[in-house]
Amino acid sequence: MKCDKCDKPAVVHEVTISNGQKKEIHLCLDHAREAGVSMPGQQPINKLLSKFSSSGKPAVMAPRCPECGTSFAQIRQNSLIGCAACYDTFDEPLGRFIERAQAGATHHVGRGVDQESSKSSRRREERQLMRALENALNREQYEKAAEIRDRINQLSAELEPRPEEAHDGSEGSDQ
Amino acid sequence: MSGPSDHPEPPAASGSDGPSGPDGPDSDVIISSRARIARNLDGIPFVNRANEEQCEYVTRTARHLLLHVPLEERMIWVDLEQSSSHERQLLVERHIISRHHADSKLRRGVAVGESELASVMVNEEDHIRIQVLRPGLQLSDACQACRNIDETIGSHVDYAFRERWGYLSACPTNVGTGIRLSVMLHLPALRLTNDIGRVRQAAKDLHLAVRGYFGEGSDSTGNYYQVSNQITLGRSEEEILDEFQETIIPGLVQYERAAREVLVDKHRRELEDRVFRALGTLGTARILKLDEAMKLLSRLRLGVCLDMLKEAADSVTLETIRTLMLLIQPGHLRQHIGSSISPEEARGVRADIVREILIGE
Repeated sequence: MKCDKCDKPAVVHEVTISNGQKKEIHLCLDHAREAGVSMPGQQPINKLLSKFSSSGKPAVMAPRCPECGTSFAQIRQNSLIGCAACYDTFDEPLGRFIERAQAGATHHVGRGVDQESSKSSRRREERQLMRALENALNREQYEKAAEIRDRINQLSAELEPRPEEAHDGSEGSDQ
Repeated sequence: MSGPSDHPEPPAASGSDGPSGPDGPDSDVIISSRARIARNLDGIPFVNRANEEQCEYVTRTARHLLLHVPLEERMIWVDLEQSSSHERQLLVERHIISRHHADSKLRRGVAVGESELASVMVNEEDHIRIQVLRPGLQLSDACQACRNIDETIGSHVDYAFRERWGYLSACPTNVGTGIRLSVMLHLPALRLTNDIGRVRQAAKDLHLAVRGYFGEGSDSTGNYYQVSNQITLGRSEEEILDEFQETIIPGLVQYERAAREVLVDKHRRELEDRVFRALGTLGTARILKLDEAMKLLSRLRLGVCLDMLKEAADSVTLETIRTLMLLIQPGHLRQHIGSSISPEEARGVRADIVREILIGE
């Protein structure tokens, strides 16, 4: 990534959000210094942020993946994505990043779509239900907890059919 | 333990009978074909973000599966955390694990098929990396074998997958099919005719990566070039395979063969001189550096492919050269001696092994 003000590589990256507007700043060493960013041991970085933030309010931390804590700046810097949830969290910027790495391709073609997506969406639902079950139990809402438990059992059965179901075709299966 | 040190002999690739013998189809130009599939387990951070416990979970799950589910051949598990740096070096030299996987400090391992043609790296850059090697040009076979292992593992675990992105990977360059096909080519004539730059440019235009003998970060000593697809998204495995196997690789093979014909036609004596000097040096040297030996073996290989050595050294075959290329690597030299040796001693031992195998001295 290039500096916003010249062609040198950017070494300082920051995302600020003020009045609902997102602003990205990418600067090379020289322009970062010019803008008042200190290198280690000098001025703190928030001085830079106040200069760029139009409202003068303190900058907001760049968003991070709720599952693994990776920020998009880290993904861009290391070319490594932290987890599956990063793909959902950084959908748009990551999409552009992937497009550049994949010669403009934007969508998967080929194997896996049917089996994996239905399997993994059910797994996700199962995880959400587990959390809901825990909440219900903590709040002593036993009737609700029982309903959630039944749904989890139903999902588990769909995901892992019993051996006889797997062998005797579609009969007896919800699928 | 069933570590790599228990298998000092060269990979079975050299002894297995493919459809065109042990060297595989188009072996005059193609050393080997490889298919690799990257997968991650759903619900667990990728290796670069996983904690010790999560790495342990992935390793334990993969180990259990790979040792117990029915696969085409039995797998041996090598715990890389417990193995010595020497054992890991042997695995790198045999192209079973990557240098990155060997040097990592994480909880990790590799399952290796008994023939050493299939392996599954666990907790390399992705949780699971399945790779299958075949001698010569046998990409579709390698691809199918790789897919079989993938489907078997996938029937027991949930892979990280999104409808839009396909199979999710740690690096954006692997997302989608997660499949990377590569072919190790020997292109000495294109190097001699100064056409290798054109190959690199054409590869770049076709979004292909060109690397050296040991993949990423290695140079092209000995004129070995590993060519692989860089695009894994927006095209199905079949399309990637079809273009690679039916168009790109045959094109490169023809280009190298045409360059060889030109050299034989117009510079036969110079070419023979290079080949026989290589044979002379390899058959008499007392000290050999790795780079020098690789270069000389490359010339010898060209001589074998052009039938130049039939009278002078008919016992030298592609298999002899493949065996030597493995045995002269630092880890294999140490394995041969049985203890650590200094780089100077290694050069002496390397020369001795080459003479012994080439001329029976």
